[in-house]
Amino acid sequence: MSLEFSAEVPTPEGLSNLSPSDRAARLSDIARAVRRSVVRMIDSARAGHIGGDLSVTDILTTLYFGVLKLDPAEPLAPGRDRFILSKGHCAAALYSALALRGFIDPALLPTFMKPLSVLNGHPNRRKVAGVEANTGPLGHGLPIAVGSAIASCLSGRNWQTFVVTGDGELQEGSNWEAAMSAGHRGLDNLCVIVDRNRLQQGARTEDTNRLDPLTDKWAAFGWEAVEVDGHDHAALYELFTRPRSGKPLAIVANTLKGKGVSFIEDRVEWHHKVPSAEQVALALEELR
Amino acid sequence: MNAPVAAPPATFDCRQAFAETLIELARADERIVAVCNDSVGSSNLGGFQKAFPDRLVNVGIAEQNMVGVAAGLSNGGFVPFVCCASPFLTGRALEQVKADIAYNGYHVVLCGMSPGMAYGELGPTHHSIEDLSWLRAITDLSIVVPADPAQTSAAVRWSVEYGKPSFLRVGRTKVPSVSEGQAEPFVFGKANRLREGRDLTIVVTGILVSRALEAAEALAAQGISARVVNIATIAPLDEAEIIAAARETGAIVTVEEAVVSGGLGAAVAEVVVRHHPVAMRLLGVPGFAPTGDTAFLLDHFGLNRDGIVRAALELRG
Repeated sequence: MSLEFSAEVPTPEGLSNLSPSDRAARLSDIARAVRRSVVRMIDSARAGHIGGDLSVTDILTTLYFGVLKLDPAEPLAPGRDRFILSKGHCAAALYSALALRGFIDPALLPTFMKPLSVLNGHPNRRKVAGVEANTGPLGHGLPIAVGSAIASCLSGRNWQTFVVTGDGELQEGSNWEAAMSAGHRGLDNLCVIVDRNRLQQGARTEDTNRLDPLTDKWAAFGWEAVEVDGHDHAALYELFTRPRSGKPLAIVANTLKGKGVSFIEDRVEWHHKVPSAEQVALALEELR
Repeated sequence: MNAPVAAPPATFDCRQAFAETLIELARADERIVAVCNDSVGSSNLGGFQKAFPDRLVNVGIAEQNMVGVAAGLSNGGFVPFVCCASPFLTGRALEQVKADIAYNGYHVVLCGMSPGMAYGELGPTHHSIEDLSWLRAITDLSIVVPADPAQTSAAVRWSVEYGKPSFLRVGRTKVPSVSEGQAEPFVFGKANRLREGRDLTIVVTGILVSRALEAAEALAAQGISARVVNIATIAPLDEAEIIAAARETGAIVTVEEAVVSGGLGAAVAEVVVRHHPVAMRLLGVPGFAPTGDTAFLLDHFGLNRDGIVRAALELRG
């Protein structure tokens, strides 16, 4: 589709030998490629969730290219790490990362949301290699991740499970059922990352149904809870790879919805607005 | 001199056969785990817990999480049996059943325990008369309703081999065996023709099968030959058996411990109307039940021998 998909893309194994600053620089390059891909896919589909795609990109990039033990040649390897995108409406960012990581043929990306494309508006594991769970309705990813983390212990294979939720999504009660059980079980092989962009579809989260104090909530449910700049690859990498013991890890990643495109950043109307041709050109220019 | 009174047939709680079979299979298959919602006792999982304490995942009173956790366990290579009172499994967690299990295609066995009006006096909040209708609307989910312990046991064995999402409705109401004389008590997707007949067919499922057989006996005494077909697989339905019933007997009464909008009766009617329209009567639960135990409620709604006979006679008019 574009040059960046034919360039050599690093793997977590490759990146682990780099210095923290070199690693962050490489992740930053990849994140820009993911963002460009997101803009092109949404332009092509004339639909999508551009604000959330751009806010979650650095989290996805750090996981897929710095952390997750995965093999595109064996996407269902029993001991693989599991990643679940609970905010499934940000599928364009996920597909872009999966394409760069070698799970999806980049030539498929322009078919995003087109009739009969495997790249549905929300991910489908039965059609797309690398997708672990069909998400879309909010509040479903974390319970599935808890089950995966329990399976990791029971099987003795000891994989890590990561799940990204939106912040508005945490208004769904099912998340707190799952949070309670993960805390109760001390699932320290489980990490939730909250894409805390403070905007939901219709308004600011705090004006709709208040989430703060959010880290305190996770801590109260028995999690180790930390806040981080959700666009800081080095800080995200450090948290994702930090040894854990006894508690699941909740990372409240403070992000900007629409990050990287000035006229989209932190504006509620860009939840699923589609940029005009002129705006696409401007966005791609900013993401060069 | 009084005539000798025949002893009533022995009756069984299908949960017992369910639990025994599950434990037996779990001894040989480490993939099998049980997931429940503080329902170890009501789901009869005490023996499983004792035998495999690590393989019983009790998430507490949290049905949405329970079903999601089962999906995650399946993703991790396990075969979860989700054991939960049917109203809460199919009602509270319906979206999880649809999205996490059916749409994902995860091999999870959803076990609706104590379905229908098994929790009689506890009332409509605890009755599961909507489950068949709700679940029939979900594609990629097979629905199995065993009628007795032999069918229950065979269905549990089948569900482990199946490899796809399924729902088992596991009865709590004690029932007599209806599988005697059957070469195989349960074959997935196949109806069991329990009694031949020419004048009409009673299509029935679950705990009401024995009552349908009683009705056929009573009809025979009135010179009416009623076929009895036990449908243990509601989805996918054995359409050939339904079409044969319509063609060969010309009238059908359906009987289920569920609302008739969308359940077994509706499933049968959908086939009949497409292939060979005949007159039908759909017996089921007409609405929220009044207070009463299970036996009272089944009789109250005419889900018994006399009610089935009445419907059959109306049909034969």
